[in-house]
Amino acid sequence: MREFRYERATDVAGAVALLADAPEGAFLGGGTNLVDLMKLGVATPDVLVDVRELTSREVTELPDGGLRIGAGVPNADLAADRRVRERFPVLAQALLAGASGQLRNRATTGGNLLQRTRCSYFTDVTRPCNKRSPGSGCAALEGVHRNHAILGQTIAGPEDAATCVATHPSDMAVAMLALDAVVRVLGPDGERAVPIADLHRLPGDDPSRDTTLRHGELITAIDLPGLAMPSRYRKVRDRASFAFALVSIAAALRVEDGVVQDVRLALGEWRTSPGGPPPRSTCCAACRRPRRRSRVRRSRSSREPRRWRTTASRSRWPATSSSEPCWT
Amino acid sequence: MDIQITLRVDGAAHPLTVDTRTTLLDALRERLRNTSPKKGCDHGQCGACTVLLDGRRVNSCLVLAVTVGNAEVTTSDGLAEGDQPHALHRSFVARDAFQCGYCTPGQVCSAAGVIEEARAGWPSAVTADLAADEVDLTDDEIRERMSGNLCRCAAYANIVPAVADVARASRVRS
Repeated sequence: MREFRYERATDVAGAVALLADAPEGAFLGGGTNLVDLMKLGVATPDVLVDVRELTSREVTELPDGGLRIGAGVPNADLAADRRVRERFPVLAQALLAGASGQLRNRATTGGNLLQRTRCSYFTDVTRPCNKRSPGSGCAALEGVHRNHAILGQTIAGPEDAATCVATHPSDMAVAMLALDAVVRVLGPDGERAVPIADLHRLPGDDPSRDTTLRHGELITAIDLPGLAMPSRYRKVRDRASFAFALVSIAAALRVEDGVVQDVRLALGEWRTSPGGPPPRSTCCAACRRPRRRSRVRRSRSSREPRRWRTTASRSRWPATSSSEPCWT
Repeated sequence: MDIQITLRVDGAAHPLTVDTRTTLLDALRERLRNTSPKKGCDHGQCGACTVLLDGRRVNSCLVLAVTVGNAEVTTSDGLAEGDQPHALHRSFVARDAFQCGYCTPGQVCSAAGVIEEARAGWPSAVTADLAADEVDLTDDEIRERMSGNLCRCAAYANIVPAVADVARASRVRS
């Protein structure tokens, strides 16, 4: 592991100032991913600025019924928060479907969003990987890649500098994407709010950049808008627990009087970032419009209690009007 | 780069000078000679290094010693009270919940964390009702919650009842 200087600041602004002066430095949250990558020689910061106890560890109410999650809230605490369990079950389920009890106790909300891919070539410094070592190529393209991206990837040959088929491993981010979360960021140039759909980027011509954050920008909180919608997270993996997803989906659906008023879907591990390229939300604009009654029909077997069966299968949904094909 | 820290481990404070790269696991084993937590994978995947940090179970191999601050570190060794083994220690012996024993201190610390988390009402991925106030540590719940601890002797069939015995006894007490 490369030698590094360990720094603590008295507040988040001080932490941002410290990292602004350290072009090869990094923020340290729970460290469950970063420390591992440092051991592997994949991450080589010369300065670590510890922010785990600086960023908020509180979950607070927002006026619209939503929640503000401090970036330092451990994953375990967020999953156990009663307001999250009752209002945003998709988020609690996604968190509980990820990692192990020990890791969830240490990993932070901000750090979860910024974890790196678990592509085995990314974590092996002896192999080519454009994400780790720009321009070196992509060993996954002709290697072990059964759990890699099927959407959003760049494929231009194993030796091309843009090729990347890695996926983002976060379950939590997928749920937050379906919930239209907003990431609050503090950087050397001040504060800004980034819709989560704009946080993670596709590899494009630079697979080394996972997110749109600039060096020195610190995630301070994540806002969940108040959405009273039934929601669920489903994850398919090779073993029943403590495994990354092969594929996952976060879904929220609001049905009123037989009409689907709102449907939100986000995909995990299918693609090189959670969610989708344009549109910048969970799916295309056409898919996000309220459905007509014909899309949902009342079960004939029983009128009370009301039961609805959606017929909105993926193949029936309208094609997107944007230039990018809708994943549905 | 060296830095001075004081680690509070199993009730005793230990001033130390460590390289910033030292993990809590290495500080415990190599500097304090507390070999209760074990180094298995050293990547947070096997759970053999599990300790309690202010009562919460963590992988000590992924915690840098310099970040621990004033937090109280409890190893499996420290769960015992003097010569009296912890209820989980006795239960693991009674249920024959190990073969080589290498993963056992991590399993015990993790189980102690599981019991506390369930007592606090934390749900898991197999909890049917996320909104429920109380958690019943069924065998399925224990398997899910202990999934961060591998046992390559595959003593799982006995680890689950060893944890269940203590979980149910502590529930009766409380």
